Amino acid sequence: MAEPVLQLKGITKRFPGVLANDHIDLTLYQGEILALLGENGAGKTTLMNILYGLYHPDEGEILVRGQKITISAPTDAIRAGIGMVHQHFMLIPVFTVTENVMLGEETVRLGDFLDRQSSAKHIKEISAQYNLAVDPTAYVRDLPVGVQQRVEIIKLLYRKADILIFDEPTAVLTPQEADELFKIMRSLSAQGKSIIFITHKLREVLEVADRIMVIRRGTVVGSTTPAEADRNTLAAMMVGRAVNLEVEKQPAQVGDIVLQVEHLTVEDDSHQITVEDVGFDVHAGEIVGVAGVQGNGQTELVQALTGLRKPLGGSIHLLGQDVTRATPRQITELGCAHVPEDRQRDGLVLPFPVADNLVLCTYYKPPAANGVTLQQNFILQNAVQLIDQFDIRTPGPLTTVGALSGGNQQKVIIARELSRPILFLVASQPTRGLDVGSIEYIHKRLVEKRDAGCAVLLVSPELDEIMELSDRIAVMYRGKIIAIVPAEETTKEAIGLLMAGVQPERIERAVGPRKVETTF
Amino acid sequence: MAKQTNKPDAGKIFLEEATGGKPQSHPSRPSFWKQAGQTLLIPALAIVTGLIVGAILIIFTSLEVYAAFKQSFFGGLWTAVKTVIDAYWALFAGSIGDPVRIVTALQSGDALEIRRAINPFLESLVAATPYILAGLAVALGFRAGLFNIGVEGQFFIGAAASTYVGYAIKGLPWFIHMPLALLAGAVGGGLWGVIPGWLKAKTGGHEVINTIMMNWIAFRLTEWLLGGPMNRPGAGGMPISPFIEKSAELPQFFPSPIRFHLGFFIALGIAWVVYWFLFKTTWGFNLRTVGANPSAGRYAGMDIVGNTVLAMTLSGALAGLAGANQILAVNRTMMIGLSPGYGYDSIALALLGRSHPLGVVLAALLFGILRNGATRMMVVSGIPDDIISILQALILIFIAAPAIIRTVYRLRAPKVEEEGIFVSGWGGAK
Repeated sequence: MAEPVLQLKGITKRFPGVLANDHIDLTLYQGEILALLGENGAGKTTLMNILYGLYHPDEGEILVRGQKITISAPTDAIRAGIGMVHQHFMLIPVFTVTENVMLGEETVRLGDFLDRQSSAKHIKEISAQYNLAVDPTAYVRDLPVGVQQRVEIIKLLYRKADILIFDEPTAVLTPQEADELFKIMRSLSAQGKSIIFITHKLREVLEVADRIMVIRRGTVVGSTTPAEADRNTLAAMMVGRAVNLEVEKQPAQVGDIVLQVEHLTVEDDSHQITVEDVGFDVHAGEIVGVAGVQGNGQTELVQALTGLRKPLGGSIHLLGQDVTRATPRQITELGCAHVPEDRQRDGLVLPFPVADNLVLCTYYKPPAANGVTLQQNFILQNAVQLIDQFDIRTPGPLTTVGALSGGNQQKVIIARELSRPILFLVASQPTRGLDVGSIEYIHKRLVEKRDAGCAVLLVSPELDEIMELSDRIAVMYRGKIIAIVPAEETTKEAIGLLMAGVQPERIERAVGPRKVETTF
Repeated sequence: MAKQTNKPDAGKIFLEEATGGKPQSHPSRPSFWKQAGQTLLIPALAIVTGLIVGAILIIFTSLEVYAAFKQSFFGGLWTAVKTVIDAYWALFAGSIGDPVRIVTALQSGDALEIRRAINPFLESLVAATPYILAGLAVALGFRAGLFNIGVEGQFFIGAAASTYVGYAIKGLPWFIHMPLALLAGAVGGGLWGVIPGWLKAKTGGHEVINTIMMNWIAFRLTEWLLGGPMNRPGAGGMPISPFIEKSAELPQFFPSPIRFHLGFFIALGIAWVVYWFLFKTTWGFNLRTVGANPSAGRYAGMDIVGNTVLAMTLSGALAGLAGANQILAVNRTMMIGLSPGYGYDSIALALLGRSHPLGVVLAALLFGILRNGATRMMVVSGIPDDIISILQALILIFIAAPAIIRTVYRLRAPKVEEEGIFVSGWGGAK
């Protein structure tokens, strides 16, 4: 391969009590995509923040094109040609693309007047060169997330960066947008840019990387290439033990209808109809997966099913009872559990202790309460038991939930919802943002619930998750369920096309997924 | 299920490190004193820092010090130190009592002298009583995610209602009349709280604006009441109410001029009730959940509207009780200058007490002591009692911006997120 553009030698960074990076060596060659793979908290982001000048290493040195340099601030990094696309964009929504790109790097003429035209022209050139397709005059607030990310990339290219760091870039993207991003990354590397791609998603690594470096607990545990590795070996390297990515499950023992939805229509907060005339049912002992690109009405559908949003029309029957206009508590009382899409917003009270969060839905009745008085002893005992049973990693039951890692926060919710006697479970994106170990664990739990005779509705934009867990798959597109198919009779490709809105009868004729407009 | 056998990840190690040890197998509440120490550290340092900065202010505003510095440097330095010591000594003696006098009084065994010697402290408790109740009102609001700025108005309405019941109803035995008058205060204040609470819950009108407006209505309304329907016969147009009946008075324990009264213990009792309500009941759980995260409250099936109305009502009722207490125990008649700003100070002291009933009681005692001592300080050393207002403000700034205190004293940032207080901002009116 070509010459190394970037070398990190023996980078070590200590935080009080943690060795975040332990003598990490990294070499990046010209024109390659190097994937940095590791679980949450493995030290990937710390390493990149060192490279970007946000942290200072305790030991080790950084060489750019053979030259040893000190990076003490992001400006030094930019001067050395290192640019970073952050997970959370650093854009000003009310500015145009041009203005955002110019920011801090303004070209002026006649003294202090901004020269938007020449900048816009330059942006157009960059955009064309790397297939970025961004309109320089558009306002950032009007752009979909995927395009905003491209603006971030343009910002780096405009500053002549040739080492690009992408920090979990797909976390905010739809599958289609992610595919677009991979195309862009390949085009960038083909034209000589070198890329570090930070992620914990195995599929993406195998798809786009030239070389893979796995980090675990602050040390490099191995390097490999997509040709030599597969998902299982990568997962094992990441977690440090064999991980079973394939969910083992027996054929479903399907029972009676638990949930029946007919002609359901729901509108969102801005009175747009986002769920339109939807009908389906879920039986005891089966997992029905709702596939679809995020923003196609899944959120509102789940809210309607759990009583958080009143439907405009149609009906919902749970265990034979009409719950179309029932309150969340009435629905919970019938035996419905809900793993919400946004765990920190809806599922947890972050400043409360783990123990209190574990009784969030049952605090008002025995045994958690006796009349109006809370039974602190029970609440504590319950927490101790669930922490053990669900392997929640917390210093104790009275630690605030906000202090736990994302995976353990999700386990708190899973423990709370699954430990109750329930007949119906709505799990909305139950593994969002979690690492491989936690995902494996949560999948196992969902299948266990199903095997125990619970009806499960799984909503997820992760196609892999839907394919692995579901017995039947319903595909949502623009507020409608456009197909319900048994999982064993379909393929990922077919579902993928459905998710893009291609009708079943047209699948054979379709050449590729159509562009899907996503609403934000 | 299969226990994961791999070694703990970095996050876990960090957590253990940060919280001081491995997870305990037997859960136990962290030691009370350790917890209290951690919670009180910042406020205590804030008070110390406030006193230090206050001392500097006293020096800089003292003409004597300037004069002494003109004579000689060391003379000036000595005068500066002496001025501060004199001032803080007067503050101490005026609020806690003169230790020498107390000891002598105790040795002499003269009951009257003992009472006089400890009266400064008892008077501080009298001054703290309305602060306790009003502070609880604000704290309860904070816990429910509501910013009740209307405590001052609720205080006035509660006082007015209690005054009316106190003088207008005659011939009741004290054990009915006194509780009834207190209850009237709570109802009056509660009524003044329920209106903005209902407006917030139903229309989204922000409670900060609505409670401020309700304050003005309350002030003008009581002014009119005192000058009109509730005017004392023969007051000559002065806006003042008749004296309340003997049967409605909260008893003072000692003969005049010692004003120490039953209200202080009632306030302590109510602080305990508020604590029990917030932390030991399902209602309190409800209220705190909705306050900390309304979305999670909705998800858990809680009634957001009902909670908001309930919280504002209870908050108003506590404020009303503070007003009733001042009337029934101390003033025994109502006039316009009833409150030196209890309602506004109580916002500060609720923050100081971290919206915890125990914290509120401690903060109220501090405010009572400072306020009471300030008068004596002014008399003895000629330092304006405004300096106490500045001192209070400084303490609050240091509490509100703990980063300053942490920097000054080189403390580490808190390791585990504390149970904080959340108040929806101006935009979050829903």
